[in-house]
Amino acid sequence: MIEFRGVTKRFPDGTVAVDDLDLVVDSGRITVFVGPSGCGKTTSLRMINRMIEPSGGTISVEGKDIMSRDAAELRRGIGYVIQQAGLFPHRTILDNIATVPLLLGWNKKQARERAAELMDTVGLAPEMAKRYPAQLSGGQQQRVGVARALAADPPVLLMDEPFSAVDPIVRETLQDELLRLQGELGKTIVFVTHDIDEAIKLGDKVAVFRTGGKSAQYDEPGVLLSRPADDFVDAFVGRGLGFLSSDGLPIGDLPVVAIGDRMPTDGWALVVDGERRPLGWVARGTGTVYEDALVPGGSLYDAGAGSLRAALDAALSSPSGRGVAVDGDGRVLGSIGADDVLRGLADSREADGAPGADVGRPVTDTDAADRVG
Amino acid sequence: MNWVLENISFIASLLTDHIVFSLVPVVIGLVIAVPLGWLANRAGFGRAVVVNLAGLLYTIPSLALFVFLPVILGTGILDPINVIVALSVYTVALLVRTVADALEAVPPLVVDAATAMGFTPFRRFVAAELPISVPVILAGVRVAAVSSISLVTVGSVIGFGGLGQMFTDGFQRSITAEVVAGIVLVVVLALVVDGLLLLIGRMLTPWDRTARAVAQGATA
Repeated sequence: MIEFRGVTKRFPDGTVAVDDLDLVVDSGRITVFVGPSGCGKTTSLRMINRMIEPSGGTISVEGKDIMSRDAAELRRGIGYVIQQAGLFPHRTILDNIATVPLLLGWNKKQARERAAELMDTVGLAPEMAKRYPAQLSGGQQQRVGVARALAADPPVLLMDEPFSAVDPIVRETLQDELLRLQGELGKTIVFVTHDIDEAIKLGDKVAVFRTGGKSAQYDEPGVLLSRPADDFVDAFVGRGLGFLSSDGLPIGDLPVVAIGDRMPTDGWALVVDGERRPLGWVARGTGTVYEDALVPGGSLYDAGAGSLRAALDAALSSPSGRGVAVDGDGRVLGSIGADDVLRGLADSREADGAPGADVGRPVTDTDAADRVG
Repeated sequence: MNWVLENISFIASLLTDHIVFSLVPVVIGLVIAVPLGWLANRAGFGRAVVVNLAGLLYTIPSLALFVFLPVILGTGILDPINVIVALSVYTVALLVRTVADALEAVPPLVVDAATAMGFTPFRRFVAAELPISVPVILAGVRVAAVSSISLVTVGSVIGFGGLGQMFTDGFQRSITAEVVAGIVLVVVLALVVDGLLLLIGRMLTPWDRTARAVAQGATA
């Protein structure tokens, strides 16, 4: 766990890069700092391993104040990945990866064995071991950067815009690989980016920074998108999410029952009236569905006229995790998951207003605000 | 040509002197220039002072330096130390700027990454900044070495000019072959030393050649 308490960074010229930041980075999760340039996200990251020293407040890593430790020693216990990798041009790939273990006093053989192991972990062919960084592509160099940061198996990994210098296709592969690796390793990762799509894709939690070094909102990506704290977050995160149509989102099946039917045998089911209008949810149980067993909750969204935000909110607010899609008359059509909405959002951004793309088409109606039960 | 064959052992001893007088100062000068260049590179404002002071040293005429050093150092006027010290001063003058420039050219991202991985400043200098600077520093060393080989000959006026002795001696005694042989030997020595340094540089920096090949491949 990394804890910022009242952390401020004021540079000698008077600029306040980070202003009274309070934030807790959960262990074993990916936390993304995102925001426009000059918002203090990188400064905040670099204060964790004392590359920049805070001018006020305290930062603790695993309960220990970072200022109480020797800077070089602290850094050896924290992996660090930067843009363009920052590899040593004069050392082979293997020796680049073995850097921190060697600094920690491992013998050369051990360190190189560990490095070879990590090359495999990050998907680098063994024959690259003896090459120099200049002989690798940008994407490969970035893999070496990740391997180097992981070499001494640090619990914490800091990643400062690591993928922003590679082309979009390679970036996507590297993002997927990072998620795969994280699934295996469970590191505490702090990831800085200016790219909101990257933040939403990678982050278990996302902190949106605003200019002047303030955290505007710190939440899970879905919450951030569906319930932005203010106009700044809305503009930055949603990019008009509320104005993009939910039309065309893949509507999935939804188990539907009526009062008096048998209870669902697993998961959740939506209880509807005779007109297929939602009444509430019931969880798995025995016997028959009766009115008092209904669990209210979850907003509805109009599959034809609603916005992506309404769809996302429906999914996130639903007790079952599935948002209820209704037609113009409020009759249930099916359900949608938050993932589907985020994917739809990503698609709409890729298509970027291409004609014929239904998802993301601007809507004029206001968000559907009906609720289940 | 006959003169050369008849005096081969004399020439050999002059050549040995010349190599010692010219290359020992390069080594000494380099050892002094590296910390000075490091200092210059670190001290933002001081950089100009250090680099320019060092550069100023190079403007002192060599002959004057050979003559005045005994006064400053308290050595005998005919002490070979004078030549060694004088040429070391010139090497420092040439290399301080080179070292400072070379260190400045180390990619900031690499230095940053090294710091973030937990290198102490001294270890970072030895393990990263200095080796990455080798190609640039070596180019400076080649210039310093050739310049030193040429400057040694001036030392002949105080009796320690290595192959330069052949100029003064041949001139005074009107032996053209001696003068010509001296010139040829100085040039050949300079070429051989330069070639050797080039070779050493390549062995020290296999990464630099691959980097260049890649860069060329990318622009081709």
